[in-house]
Amino acid sequence: MSIDILISLIKPLLVLGIVLTNTIILIWLERKVVAGMQSRVGPDRAGPFGILQTLADAIKLLLKEQILPLRADKAMYLLAPIIALVPSFLIFMIIPLGPGFDLTIGEETRFINLVGADINVGVLFFLAISSLAVYSVVLAGWSSGSKYPLLGGVRASAQMISYEAAMGLSLVPVILYSGSMSMSKIVESQAGNLSSTIPVIDSIVRFIPNWNVFPQFLAFGIFFVASIAEVNRAPFDLVEAEQELVGGFHTEYSGFRFAMFFLAEYINMFNMCAITATFFLGGWLGPTFPGIFPPLLSAMMPTIWLGLKTVGLLFVYFWIRATLPRLRYDQLMELGWKRLIPISLIWLLVSAIVLGIRDFGLPWS
Amino acid sequence: MTEILLFAIPALLIILGALIVVFAKNPVHNAMGLVLTLTSLAIVYISLNATFVAMVQMLVYAGAVMTLFLFVIMMIGVDKPEQSRKEIKGQTFLISGTLILLVSIIVYIGLENGLNWDLLFPESENAIEGTPSLLASSMFTSWVFPFEVISILLIVATTSALALAYEFKKSESND
Repeated sequence: MSIDILISLIKPLLVLGIVLTNTIILIWLERKVVAGMQSRVGPDRAGPFGILQTLADAIKLLLKEQILPLRADKAMYLLAPIIALVPSFLIFMIIPLGPGFDLTIGEETRFINLVGADINVGVLFFLAISSLAVYSVVLAGWSSGSKYPLLGGVRASAQMISYEAAMGLSLVPVILYSGSMSMSKIVESQAGNLSSTIPVIDSIVRFIPNWNVFPQFLAFGIFFVASIAEVNRAPFDLVEAEQELVGGFHTEYSGFRFAMFFLAEYINMFNMCAITATFFLGGWLGPTFPGIFPPLLSAMMPTIWLGLKTVGLLFVYFWIRATLPRLRYDQLMELGWKRLIPISLIWLLVSAIVLGIRDFGLPWS
Repeated sequence: MTEILLFAIPALLIILGALIVVFAKNPVHNAMGLVLTLTSLAIVYISLNATFVAMVQMLVYAGAVMTLFLFVIMMIGVDKPEQSRKEIKGQTFLISGTLILLVSIIVYIGLENGLNWDLLFPESENAIEGTPSLLASSMFTSWVFPFEVISILLIVATTSALALAYEFKKSESND
């Protein structure tokens, strides 16, 4: 009993540690990558390659004065940064980081699965919690008592609802294909390589891993676009839009409260990439080289694979940010409602029909 | 113990949220009170082993519907404290009557059970693993007809709302 409680206590602490360390590295990485793409040097003063720059920034933000605007709605103004952080930590809890292992302490043996909470409706949990994230932006915008944040907040509520619909719809074919809503089962369903009953195709596709991204390529595309919009990154960062809205919803925030929004944005970005990797790129699956690598490294390989896939996706995020100009607001809405949602509905129908024929045979035979 | 905590904390939050909805003067505070109530209700659902219903509750009500509420409140700009203090005729009488009725029901149930409150949840018949599939299998076999009828009803409602709004806009642009 006490071991179970200990495990349940250690897991959230580990999540906190992993998430915060990730964020520090992530912010530095983004600045370096974008700087490289724009032929700049980027941060290079604090620590080797400037890796301590984020730490220095965090200390600066902690020491800064926290301003409370005169016309702000005090309760909501103070609540908004907290609402921003909580969902981002909660989402990380459901990402499976590895296959799990048996841990023996004294006489008792426990199976530790490397996921904060392995709930059987993990996909829905992810969608539900990410839909709560919009409140922080909306409330921050409204409670600041200033026009630019309010515009940012109104934009955010419309944008996030629109793209949430597309994101949810693009996940339905994945759930159908994997046959489960549990994150760990979705990962396990992607094990092995692709196969086909037709010999010619089989000889080609048998070397491709059975990741959802290959059969569900359209769902992957829609999910990827919608996820960028959901975390309000460029080219969908109309919520912040420096050139039009000063800073958007967090214009009036300063000091550590601003840092909380900043932190939440990067945690959300990391979560979104890890979730994309879990749904479409096989999560922690990958060769572990049991004989070649030492046992400990071999056991850690699944987590390393997930990390590599996540960083790969994050690199694409940075790449997109450095490349694409921001969409106009009506273009954003048109893309969401007139392109992504209809395409995902059609793709859902196509996948359902194909899976139905695969599992139950043709209707007339 | 865990069950009592899992019930008591969300239950208190539900009541708190409901009180905010009723008594707060600012519409945005009202809306956030409703969000608190709906989210806490989802936790109660989880403690009753209905994880699927809990997640849908969060997704649909706490997530989408309430965000739209907030959007409308912010767009129309009614986010000012209410000025009017109109009283409904006989509201004191009605409220005190409802309260007395509520308290007497609770006292009656308490006395019936000999003041022995069984707050523990009954063992659920279905394993947690089964809830979405159980729900789906009953929804798509025995209740498939009502399900489809409701879906048609919703589509009709959406299209008619769209048609009404669109017609209005079209006639305006023709002028």
